[in-house]
Amino acid sequence: MSAAQAAGIVVVGASLAGLRGAEALRRAGYGGRLTIVGDEPHRPYDRPPLSKHVLSGELAPNATELPELVALDADWRLGHAAVALDRAARTIRLRDGTDLAYERLLIATGAQARPWPDAAGGGLANIFTLRGRDDAARLRTALAETPRRVLIVGAGLIGCEAVSCCRDLGLPVTLVDPNPTPLARSLGTWVGGVITECLKEAGATFHAGAQVLRFEGDASGRVVRAHLADGRAVEADLVIVALGATRATDWLSGAGLMADAGGVTCDGACRVLGADGTPCPDIYAAGDVARWPNPLYGGRLMSVEHWGNAVAQAEHAARNMLAPAEAQQAYRHLPAFWSSQFGINIKAVGLTEGADTVAIVQGSRASRRFLAVYGRAGRSIAAVSFDQARWLPAYAEAITGGQAFPPIRDASDQGAFTPMAPGFPPPRAASTHIEARHG
Amino acid sequence: MPNLTEPVPGEAAPLRVVVDLNRCQGYAQCCYAAPGVFDVRGHEILFYDPAPARARRGEIERAVQACPVRAISLQADRGDTP
Repeated sequence: MSAAQAAGIVVVGASLAGLRGAEALRRAGYGGRLTIVGDEPHRPYDRPPLSKHVLSGELAPNATELPELVALDADWRLGHAAVALDRAARTIRLRDGTDLAYERLLIATGAQARPWPDAAGGGLANIFTLRGRDDAARLRTALAETPRRVLIVGAGLIGCEAVSCCRDLGLPVTLVDPNPTPLARSLGTWVGGVITECLKEAGATFHAGAQVLRFEGDASGRVVRAHLADGRAVEADLVIVALGATRATDWLSGAGLMADAGGVTCDGACRVLGADGTPCPDIYAAGDVARWPNPLYGGRLMSVEHWGNAVAQAEHAARNMLAPAEAQQAYRHLPAFWSSQFGINIKAVGLTEGADTVAIVQGSRASRRFLAVYGRAGRSIAAVSFDQARWLPAYAEAITGGQAFPPIRDASDQGAFTPMAPGFPPPRAASTHIEARHG
Repeated sequence: MPNLTEPVPGEAAPLRVVVDLNRCQGYAQCCYAAPGVFDVRGHEILFYDPAPARARRGEIERAVQACPVRAISLQADRGDTP
């Protein structure tokens, strides 16, 4: 047996994708050496509760450790960030200087919260991002000290969930976002306007169309207010920066792979591409960090920063890792996410990007219980449920099949459809691929 | 609010539960099988304790079996978690 074979499979990233990928390897019969590297000291944990029940104090941060669904018999290297990859030597350099050999590699390093720049006050005390378990624990402790006012920057899913939690805790909250409504990028302003109403009802202050320029601190270096681009100031002694995430690919910068802050590019089978565009037969990627041509979208490159993709892509990549080159299967995925905020269960399937119309096909916007379908050029491309989740599976099937908009017209309790403009903000910057993200 | 899962020194490690909330359709059968561990809030938000006490294993196994969309996963009792 060569040294590389003895090295077995290494999974870099000890979160949901890394764990489910490792389990899939074992489930598929892989009996060799399995090493799981994680930068945090924790066993894999679930992130969705962090911005909900952990912030509210209902769950302890360490309660969200994920179940291991098969016996992994793995060598865990927790608290050891990977800092470099040497493809020629087939080794990974860890932060402590150790080189770890691999035979096959699964990259599942995920993403990191986009921080507030230090030059604009990001280094002040009591400014938080919310991505990991330790972030949530620190933020929970700070919220329990009853700040006078919490400022949340960014009205994506995480920002809105945080507002909802803070209002449940009785804390005064101000939310600032450059778009006209919350969730404008993911759901459009017409559906996002429902959350504007929820914010108002919950007693949160929402500065729409506004931008934070910088934070100001007191003599002790603790944040006291934010200055907005329109000249206003918001007094706040605790800030949550919820501006999305960038993919954790820094450690791959010298590896000669197609990798940048938007992800690491793969082929359809989740094999990572070298800088020359050739797939590496021994390196795969899955989860938030992976950007791949999704056959469901005509092979457009996309990365999907959602729970369901972490699970499904990791399991898919793991099966391919054990299959011969001629038996590699393309990964096909319909993005989906959920959120709960202001007492509403929000669930979505498909991608709303590029939608030119939206219609409520079940329930009503006024009741905040509805199913909205998004269309583009006459086809159904996404569906969003507010407390109407039971309809989603049928719509997911219609969207996967590219059915006409709207796909279902004969349900017994459907009224007339009124197609509306979805109201998506203009794109932030020229982008060659899709990012389905919590922003 | 009570802190459901604050670790108690000397107590056995809790169970580990996760629910695929993409899959969950709010049938609430888990809430009947293991009340308090699973709870529907509002119209259809499923709240659950991901780290319930070991004594609840039987109820949670029944919840896993009762879920019509098979959305609940519970770590098997192997006692090999380091």
